[in-house]
Amino acid sequence: MADETRSSKVSIIGGLARSFNSELFSDIYSTIIGFLSGTRSFYILFALGIMTIFAASIGGLDAMRIGYRHAYNITREIPWGIIISTYIFFVVTSTGLCIVSSIGHVFGVKDFMPIVNRAVFLAVVTIFAGFSVIFFDIENPFRMAIYNAISPNLTSNLWWMGTLYGAYMFFMAIEFVFLLLENHRFATYAGLAGLISGVAAHSNLGAIFGMLHSREFWYGPYMPIYFIASAVMSGGAAIIFFTWIGYKVNNERMDAPMERAIEVVSKLTALMIAVIMFFTAWKIITGLVGSPAKREVIKAMLVGPYAFNFWVFEMIIGMIIPFAILLGTKFRNVNMSFLASVLMVIGIFIMRYDLVVEGQIVPVFHELDVNEYKQLLHYVPSFHEIMITIGGMGIVASAFLIGERVFKGHKSSH
Amino acid sequence: MRLNFKDLKNANIEGPHGIERREFLKIGLVVTGIFAGGTVLSLMSNIQKVFASPEEFKEKYPYKPHYSMVIRQSLCIDCERCIEACALTNHVPPYGYRTAILERLVPDAVGQKREFIPVLCMQCNSPPCVRACPTKASYKDKNNGIIMIESKKCIGCKACIVACPYNARYFNEEKHAIDKCNFCFDTRLSKGEKLTACAAVCPTGARTFGDISDPSSDVYQMVHQIERPVWVIRAEAGTKPNVFYMKA
Repeated sequence: MADETRSSKVSIIGGLARSFNSELFSDIYSTIIGFLSGTRSFYILFALGIMTIFAASIGGLDAMRIGYRHAYNITREIPWGIIISTYIFFVVTSTGLCIVSSIGHVFGVKDFMPIVNRAVFLAVVTIFAGFSVIFFDIENPFRMAIYNAISPNLTSNLWWMGTLYGAYMFFMAIEFVFLLLENHRFATYAGLAGLISGVAAHSNLGAIFGMLHSREFWYGPYMPIYFIASAVMSGGAAIIFFTWIGYKVNNERMDAPMERAIEVVSKLTALMIAVIMFFTAWKIITGLVGSPAKREVIKAMLVGPYAFNFWVFEMIIGMIIPFAILLGTKFRNVNMSFLASVLMVIGIFIMRYDLVVEGQIVPVFHELDVNEYKQLLHYVPSFHEIMITIGGMGIVASAFLIGERVFKGHKSSH
Repeated sequence: MRLNFKDLKNANIEGPHGIERREFLKIGLVVTGIFAGGTVLSLMSNIQKVFASPEEFKEKYPYKPHYSMVIRQSLCIDCERCIEACALTNHVPPYGYRTAILERLVPDAVGQKREFIPVLCMQCNSPPCVRACPTKASYKDKNNGIIMIESKKCIGCKACIVACPYNARYFNEEKHAIDKCNFCFDTRLSKGEKLTACAAVCPTGARTFGDISDPSSDVYQMVHQIERPVWVIRAEAGTKPNVFYMKA
């Protein structure tokens, strides 16, 4: 029955396309046919994605209606919560996808080529998801559009981050268009521009935290550097994650170059896990001899209220098991690499959350030893905040699936 | 050979006297300022960063008038009339505050075991909030040094709240912008009043407000002396606050 309806729809569109007899229409026609001829799992996932976007939009608009102060659990002491950390999660992934894909497309390493189209497409999707999520955290997003342009504060990392990410999204979108047009020279230029603006934007995002000298846990050159390193790690995980699922929903088998690409990306990802473990170790060791405020955070992280998140999610699920899997399979088992990437994506999401919240749990007046601020501060995301977070994931899932269909598994000629 | 102190010749150095002696004492204070747990260190070092050298106190304050507040912590009785007056004057909603009173208990102290610490925006000379703001909605007034907010430019990113080492800011739903203490500039000072609402209402005189660039002002006299320690909160944040603390 459903097939009949579909074929009758298709025949109408087909008839239209034939009657116009234009190349454009037949292109659209074949795209729609391609989209409609997916597997069942594709439709289930796509429906889920659309439903979460729909639910999250209602949640977000409701939060706008009742006011973020009422809808979210953020306070004047902890004004940045899970929405900010989710934004960071998405833009970290986007920047990572850009950096890893640039190894192939900008710097010409052949082994990376098969993953480029999908990675560039997803870089645009994830940055868009990030912007969509932070839209519901910025109290006056429309003022931002105006005053970011006419009243820029050049000493503000936030200004640079927003502006550079705007440029980045533009360049990455252009790069993707050139890739589709098979114009590789211009795609390389756009990719290089995207890479430069993306790295600059992302390190500025790190510097938003790193340049807050009243927040000891964040302050210092560590954050911008760490953000770039962890972006590469996240980008590697995201490429393995989405490529594997892409092949499943398209019901295809990877060819040898693609398997080789997953192998080299797995190697790079494992290397970056090692780098981030090294970073994390020194962050902890230096923090142990820092100011009292910094030591409080390190304590909360290692043995306090954030210890479970840190040891179980960040370390074991996010880094140790994936590292063991990747190394143990010698990077050659695509399915196991996928498993590692799933664990990493979960772990990295929690990493971002902890990074944002932990920096704020020590009250600014902690060292005054006043009754009001003797305890560490507390934050748990609200229902609305979680809805918006999930909505961001819905955007990525739906756009990814549409991309798989419309761009036919992101195959390219090179 | 045995040295006789009386027989030693004066190496042609006059003993410190007059102005030189005062300068010498000030230097000594800066050096030894560490004695009270480091907080007093901020006293002269902070002031001295504002002006080029101690002799040029008056000329070197960057603003005219350079608004400042001195809080004599031991006079505060936590009656909270300052908080009420502030809320009434500046339409501060019940979910927010521009000024607060913190309470410190010292159970093993001899005698009084409790003290109150009024806090507000420190109107820093090196304000982290202003640097963090992407749209210049937060800015330091070029004339009087007060950290102001141009509400219509505020995008509500809350970066300034996180940047502030003094928890002085909150998001005001009615204004749809960040709100904070501006020394009652729009509500009182610009209308000819000489004091902020909190300083005017304080029954014990815990809050003294004035122009620290004017040597005849109370705030100048309270800060520019060496008999009693003056400090700023969280001097290590390096923000050069214009709200000073001392005991009565």
